[in-house]
Amino acid sequence: MLKQIEGSRAVAEAVALCRPEVICAYPISPQTHIVEALGEMCRTGALPGCEFINVESEFAAMSVAIGASAAGARSYTATASQGLLFMAEAVFNASGLGLPIVMTVANRAIGAPINIWNDHSDSMSMRDCGWIQLFAETNQEALDLHIQAFRLAEELSLPVMVCMDGFILTHAVERVDMPSLEQVRAFLPPYVPRQVLDPAEPVSIGAMVGPEAFMEVRYLAHAKQIQALGLIPEFAADFRKTFGRDSGGLVRAYRCDDAETIVVALGSVVGTIQDVVDEMREGGVKIGVLAIKSFRPFPLVEVREILQHARRVVVLEKTLAVGIGGVMSMNVRMALTQVALKGYTVIAGLGGRPITKASLHRLFADAHADRLEHLTFLDLDRKVVERVLDRERETRRSGPIAENILRDLGVVAARI
Amino acid sequence: MIVDSASAFDVRTYLRQEMMPHFLCPGCGHGIALRALLWAVYELGLDKDKLAVVSGIGCAGRLSAYIDANTFHVTHGRPLAYATGLALARPDLHVVVITGDGDCLAIGGNHLIHACRRNLKLTCLMLNNEVYGMTGGQVSPTTSETRLTTTTPLGNSEPNFDACTLAAAAGASFVGREVTHHVPKLKQLIRAGLEHPGFAFIEVLSDCTEIFGRKNELGSSAEMVLRQKSELRPSAYRDTVDSPFRSSDLPTGILTKTERPEYGAAYRTAAAAQRARLAASTDQNKGRT
Repeated sequence: MLKQIEGSRAVAEAVALCRPEVICAYPISPQTHIVEALGEMCRTGALPGCEFINVESEFAAMSVAIGASAAGARSYTATASQGLLFMAEAVFNASGLGLPIVMTVANRAIGAPINIWNDHSDSMSMRDCGWIQLFAETNQEALDLHIQAFRLAEELSLPVMVCMDGFILTHAVERVDMPSLEQVRAFLPPYVPRQVLDPAEPVSIGAMVGPEAFMEVRYLAHAKQIQALGLIPEFAADFRKTFGRDSGGLVRAYRCDDAETIVVALGSVVGTIQDVVDEMREGGVKIGVLAIKSFRPFPLVEVREILQHARRVVVLEKTLAVGIGGVMSMNVRMALTQVALKGYTVIAGLGGRPITKASLHRLFADAHADRLEHLTFLDLDRKVVERVLDRERETRRSGPIAENILRDLGVVAARI
Repeated sequence: MIVDSASAFDVRTYLRQEMMPHFLCPGCGHGIALRALLWAVYELGLDKDKLAVVSGIGCAGRLSAYIDANTFHVTHGRPLAYATGLALARPDLHVVVITGDGDCLAIGGNHLIHACRRNLKLTCLMLNNEVYGMTGGQVSPTTSETRLTTTTPLGNSEPNFDACTLAAAAGASFVGREVTHHVPKLKQLIRAGLEHPGFAFIEVLSDCTEIFGRKNELGSSAEMVLRQKSELRPSAYRDTVDSPFRSSDLPTGILTKTERPEYGAAYRTAAAAQRARLAASTDQNKGRT
């Protein structure tokens, strides 16, 4: 059924259609609308058979989800930014134990400085923790990925993180096609746990494992992600059969076939890049864009197959790996082992800075002409940076950087 | 006796004017609490440069940014932990923590009980408005039972905390409560807290008119403030009074005050004694060789 609703609401309704049995909620922007909507559905009876727990922190949210999942319940939570970092120990624990929890991460920057706007630093910080990480481009895809996520998680007995851009997607009102409960039931079988705390058949979950077996347990976590490389496209194809549309998968290539320059990106910015690609194509520039849908597992083979015929790759990412540059770039380079290709890393949109078509046009034109620095910060204000560095050279006690910059710019926190 | 220095006190001299307009909603009680704090600071004649204000995340957490002193806006739930480090490193500073009910009792609850236990000289102002206001009005650990929030659409069904009882039980040597309705009394309580040589926990019953008030149809800010001591106090405090016969008799003012060694002083004394012992044993060893 077509609906004109907020992204958060769309995700909440999709999660509800998956009939979770335990939902843990702790407020943090920009995720809050999702759990608020689910809370309402639980209390009004629109989501029957589900316990909605208002927990005391994100750490408790993931811990409660782990407990519920270990007891055999389909469990869900959502968070963002500092919340994801605060729950980090439990996030690793969930994947280490192999519990199929589904979590939405409404991508938001990480402080300090405090910033509530979108970038990918939060989920990227958890990239190697053993969770599957799927990135949505649109609200429709965010909704669809949650349905696929429960199936994938439960098939593999692994937790899945569905990442969607905070505010850009979560707070945008868009048309989405909301499936029916019957369709979701046809796609998502009832949850049959591989391990469950059941008094009738007692097991112990959470063994201490020494050097004699730790490597093997960890290797199996990797092996499961490799298995997911096969299951993700399979479930996406099955999803198409049931729901009649393409959503998810490992990657999506757009106008890449004859492209000399291929931009690699994640999440909602792919739509903007696609528009720029179309406009540059009209001007005869052979450019395409490759959207990564599954960041973990990372589809090395698919990325390599698409990129190897290009002359250069521009990886545009909303995360800064401080001290080296790009997070996704390193993953793309891994896919390009022994492939001779020019590579550029572009850091863009940190802390919600808009990524405009005008800036992308300039950036891609420079890349296409190989005039780009290997590591570029899109729309970085060098003057602001220089001023801070000057101040630090002039005086030892130069003060807090963020506050100084706000003062230089003449903006105060109350108005941001 | 309440000293009325209100006419001489100019709150603007304690505020960062460049941060105005502030971000609080019309009718929010937090501004009253902020004024009361600064008034107490003024009356005690504390040097602004010797005042350090640490705050967490939430509406209450934003207050530190408006104070013209040393301010530290930290992560959610952790202001007491940051302040512990700060107060230990700089015993010459007056360290004040401004926190909210969610920040202090939910995500940071662990730090609160340990701060109470440790008795380091800190003044902790917990502004209790019964809700996570900044994120749009979710249930908090002090939300009264049956109250509506965005995450309890049919009314809260969880029991809530009486923060003062919790702090006292955890060993806080100074516990007090006041409502934003009684500004001079609130100032007086904060002043006593600032003067207390140990951990002072002060709960301020504040009102969230825009979000909590609207959701629960509690009327205007003035109406909410007037009922703070009667039916608008958190439900956990019900047993503490003869409700409904003495409904305005919510225990306020100083609720607990005990003499216990202040942790920072005790630590420095123990450390000095240990250093002296080590020095003495080194001297002895030198004598033997």
